[in-house]
Amino acid sequence: MVNEKKQEALIEIKDLKLEYGGKKDSILALDKINLQIKPGEFLCVLGPSGCGKSTLLKTIAGYLQPTSGNCLMQGKVIEGPDWHRGVVFQSPTLYPWMTVKDNVEFGPRMRNLPADEIKKIRTYFLEQVKLTGFGDKATFELSGGMKQRVALARVLANYPQVILMDEPFGALDALTRDNMQTLIRDIWKENNSTIFFITHDVDEALALGTRVLVMSKRPGKIIKEFDVDFTHTIAENNSKDVMYKEDFFEIKKEILKLINSQIEE
Amino acid sequence: MNFFKTNGSKLSTNMHKFIANQKGKPKIITLEKEGKKNKVDKRLTVLTWVVILLAWYLVTKLGLFSATLVPSPQRVWITFLKILKNGYNGVSIWVHLGASFQRLFFAVGLAVITAIPLGLLSGYFTRIEAVIDSIVEFYRPLPPLAYYTLLVLWFGIDNKSKVILLFLAAFAPIYLACVSAVRKINEDYILSAKSLGANQKNIFFKIVLPACLPEIFTGIRTAFGVSYTTLVSAEMVAATSGIGWMVLDASNFLKSDVIFVGILIMGITGIIIDAGLRLLEKKLIFWKGHV
Repeated sequence: MVNEKKQEALIEIKDLKLEYGGKKDSILALDKINLQIKPGEFLCVLGPSGCGKSTLLKTIAGYLQPTSGNCLMQGKVIEGPDWHRGVVFQSPTLYPWMTVKDNVEFGPRMRNLPADEIKKIRTYFLEQVKLTGFGDKATFELSGGMKQRVALARVLANYPQVILMDEPFGALDALTRDNMQTLIRDIWKENNSTIFFITHDVDEALALGTRVLVMSKRPGKIIKEFDVDFTHTIAENNSKDVMYKEDFFEIKKEILKLINSQIEE
Repeated sequence: MNFFKTNGSKLSTNMHKFIANQKGKPKIITLEKEGKKNKVDKRLTVLTWVVILLAWYLVTKLGLFSATLVPSPQRVWITFLKILKNGYNGVSIWVHLGASFQRLFFAVGLAVITAIPLGLLSGYFTRIEAVIDSIVEFYRPLPPLAYYTLLVLWFGIDNKSKVILLFLAAFAPIYLACVSAVRKINEDYILSAKSLGANQKNIFFKIVLPACLPEIFTGIRTAFGVSYTTLVSAEMVAATSGIGWMVLDASNFLKSDVIFVGILIMGITGIIIDAGLRLLEKKLIFWKGHV
């Protein structure tokens, strides 16, 4: 852990440019992205829809290769997906032919860990997402929020160095989303995780992130960064009161103005 | 597709019912409602058959047609029992059925073993599809009996030509189901597996194969339906044993009661095979409809 902290950035993106499609009708999705993700950060990304937030996540995950520029993890070029970067999708991609338990164990199994360790990991993370006792259930018996918790546990089971989340709570109802935010904050603090989190909800970004990025419309660039601390305050006070204070509204207003200016143009 | 639709229409209506049942599963209320609806449906089915049997009985009782052409239900029943007991022309009915089913299961088994890997590979790699797909597309719409004559010339009148014929008939639906299943697979399943550390081999066996199973199974059921109809017609064209041959032979001697028995046996065994497959599907692919 000490070593990781010394290395300044876990993920480093330099002059990233990404184009979709063929030579003639290519679409420039991302341009001039420079970004560092430091260990322990909770980075939230906001932006108008279609701005390339998901494209950025897919590039970091290794699903897409940059047209130019670099995407590095611990100094090494990201060449493809691997288990050090866990991904939680907007709609949980649990495998319905496996039980909840088998879904959570999938990563450790693929890495050929010993059986007793796999069991320990599964028990631990099912407890962490508060689903102890649901191990033998079929995934399609679970509610939307529970499914997303299993998807989270499945990613956590690999102890990834960074967790990439693409609007993971976007499809959930408001109350469930609220619970999930508390859960992910607690897990982030307890596990000392690094999280890259895409959302379209300004409140969610401010309530969770230690840093909030705002992206422009296509081609997506990072137009502003905000260092925020509401998430620590919420965790310490165990209350969301801070979200009703003046300084929270100030930042929220500024971000909304930025995003709206992108849509109107 | 038209060719299969006509052949497999019974299959596909059964399939719709099955899917509807599955969809109603999670909610208890709809299940109850459906149970009631099912009861009405079942009664209607039973009633339909009672009416058919009654009409049959009346038509023969009133002597509207000659008894040689339309035998009475009682005579068909007696013939059925006789055939069960003594066989047809001294050969047990089980030997005929066995001959037919041996051909059927062997050919479909062969098609399953070959069509699934080739179909999945074709879905994966367009170059493999470029080789196989055009051949399948060419022979698929042909009536099997058109090339059966050729197969008989090449492989003789015995089992070999029939198994090859049935294999070809069964191959196409399974192969096409596999290709389309791979195409339709949720890409996020594969991406998430990669991000969880799965290698290519694991992705194929733990993700792609199970994700394609529901559609593959539908393909197998269609293949059974198509092969069964093809089998019976093939046996009626050229054979020395089998349930289709029995019907053909009986028609040569104007034994209409035996023809009726043969057709009834074919219908019932067809239903039994499909019911067995559906049961197997329910057990094996319990997640169907949840992908």
